[in-house]
Amino acid sequence: MISEAQSGVFSRRTLVVLMEDKPGVLSHVTNLFRRRNYNIESLTVGHSETPGISRMTVVVHANDAVLEQVIKQLYKLINVTKVTDITDDAAVIRELALIKVHATGADRAEIKQLVDIFRAQIIDVAHESLTVEVTGTEDKIDSMIEMLRPFGIKELTRTGRVAMVRGAARTNGDR
Amino acid sequence: MRLNGAQILWECLVREGVEVVFGITGGAVLPIYDEMPKYPVHHVTMRHEQAAAHAADGYARATGKVGVCMATSGPGATNLVTGIATAQMDSSPIVAITGQVATSALGTDGFQEVDTTGITLPITKHNYLITNVKDLARSVREAFYIARTGKPGAVLIDIVKDAQQAECEFEYPEQVYLPGYRPHVRGNPRQIKQAAELINAAQRPVIIAGRGVLIAHAEAELRALAEKANIPVVTTLLGKSALPETHPLCLGMGGMHGEAYANWAMQEADLIFGIGTRFDDRLTSTASTFAPKAKVIHADIEPAEISKRIRVDVPIVGDARNVLQALLPLVREAEHTEWLECIAKWREDTLAHDILWQETDELVPQYVIRSIWEATCGEAIMVSDVGQNQMWEAQYYLHNRPGGLISSGGLGTMGFALPAAIGAAMGRPDCRVWVVAGDGGFQMTLQELATVVQEKLPLKIAILNNGFLGMVRQWQELFYNKNYSGSPLLGPDFVKLAEAYGIPGLRVTRKEDVVGAVQQAEAMEGPVLIDFQIEQEHNVYPIVPVGQPIHQMLRRPIKVRAQSAACERQGGEA
Repeated sequence: MISEAQSGVFSRRTLVVLMEDKPGVLSHVTNLFRRRNYNIESLTVGHSETPGISRMTVVVHANDAVLEQVIKQLYKLINVTKVTDITDDAAVIRELALIKVHATGADRAEIKQLVDIFRAQIIDVAHESLTVEVTGTEDKIDSMIEMLRPFGIKELTRTGRVAMVRGAARTNGDR
Repeated sequence: MRLNGAQILWECLVREGVEVVFGITGGAVLPIYDEMPKYPVHHVTMRHEQAAAHAADGYARATGKVGVCMATSGPGATNLVTGIATAQMDSSPIVAITGQVATSALGTDGFQEVDTTGITLPITKHNYLITNVKDLARSVREAFYIARTGKPGAVLIDIVKDAQQAECEFEYPEQVYLPGYRPHVRGNPRQIKQAAELINAAQRPVIIAGRGVLIAHAEAELRALAEKANIPVVTTLLGKSALPETHPLCLGMGGMHGEAYANWAMQEADLIFGIGTRFDDRLTSTASTFAPKAKVIHADIEPAEISKRIRVDVPIVGDARNVLQALLPLVREAEHTEWLECIAKWREDTLAHDILWQETDELVPQYVIRSIWEATCGEAIMVSDVGQNQMWEAQYYLHNRPGGLISSGGLGTMGFALPAAIGAAMGRPDCRVWVVAGDGGFQMTLQELATVVQEKLPLKIAILNNGFLGMVRQWQELFYNKNYSGSPLLGPDFVKLAEAYGIPGLRVTRKEDVVGAVQQAEAMEGPVLIDFQIEQEHNVYPIVPVGQPIHQMLRRPIKVRAQSAACERQGGEA
């Protein structure tokens, strides 16, 4: 039996998954996580540098043993070509959020100041609100949201994590 | 060559070597069936789609080829589901082809529309929804390749009706391009060397052989390795016959209903070498209590099976045959005399608990199975159902023919036996095929008796009839204070039922009539059904209660011990 001691503690692990861009492939992946009872924290998917190959960044809450199974089970999917655990690699990790915040009178200047501090941008202006675009790590976005919350957040959307290993190395299977 | 989708499908099936298709026609597959008579493929019309999938599965298990089943959209497809899941769980290569409503109706909840690929996604190795006829040939080619390679499994192709009718230029793809699918066939040499070192150092080694050995046709290699180093072999249910079961080194099936000595051997072993097995819970019970003294080598073709349930010291990803071939020259000859003597003593003790060693005039099912074993010299293809009948078959039929047992091991699908036997008999007309089923499971798919007659299949059907869902009743007796809730079962007059289908039926109610009835069935040319009215409340022993380690089993109480050793169960090697 695989004991807790052997398999390590649960933490957030980041996987980069490359897969053929075919109909149904995303549902294959999400179904796998649901069926095997793996805990996904975030999942983003989009095109990669190679035509016909999609790139997914998945954050799972897992220990070593669970993570090993997640990777193996992903590889079992016919259209998955490469799975890389970049948790321990030096990587650039980014998330994007759009925040529509209530803003009238003096609040508008104060919000503008906060936005500048976070190196975020105001991308839409209305009489009673401002829409802020912020990019960064989850922590940075969490803090931005906390700072804006007292003004009254009317609407919020976040993308989930995308990641890339630093330096010249590629994550696409070419070694 | 310009062809429509239906023609392309049949062209591809013929090129894949398909000779038999099990199916039921319907609205969304009409174009496919319209073209069928032009192609050299025999279609077996089944009476229920579940049975079509089981038949394809039975065909695949009996022949090693890919089995094919076909059904219409909606209920046709959903009826296949149990059969697809059954095949997938036991690594049986099948391709299921379903019709789908036309593209224009897709997603509108049209008549007989269901999300077939969505429903079957978690129970297939892979599946396809074909909406463009140009994708069909490549997908069929890939489907067969995926089904039969690596860890074999079920693949489904759902084809919308207009793609069956649309035309395109047909070109059969010679190559399959699947960049994300590359099964590892050869084991890593370094890990194989480590495995050999562990085997050479072991004092009390045990091999656990699973169905992977049979799929890879590695029986000769397994036997050579076991004999070279005198290593006893325990099998899983589906691994039975990986080593001839009358071989002195074969300990038979282990696990929940395994022989006591087989389970004790695993628990006392200092080395477990699992090959082609996924160490499932019916074999190991609670994983933390399994083989506590052993180092573990695990060889399997599917990386995801390794370290899934059991901690492994040496993992090897590879095909059982390749791995065993590579191991053999590295493993030293050994006697293991002390260890084998120890196991032999346990075996003696086990025999004392064996009901066939005890005086009884009752019609016990073990005696029925043993009589079939004797009448068929251990060489029949036995297709068992699920429950007590399955375990009695596994315990008392010593299979010497590789792949001689066909049974639903992983999913445990009642009703599997009769339709799977139809598939097996279609694939192997040279073999004697017996069905062993309980009265419960048999009543789940008995409509297929019509298919047996239609195809003139000489199936010998043994019903172990105890008027209960027997395994459930046994658990209720042992663990639920004999509260027989939902388990008593009314059945028809099986003899009259068989006769209604035009199949001769026999009824056996006394022990002394068993052998005669079995021999009579063997002597008859066509199909025959025997209703064995066995002891109603008779248990499968040993049984390891859920959650207990596998050496702590409940055993049959010893009554009177017979005089001379009816010890032929160990037998000489056939």
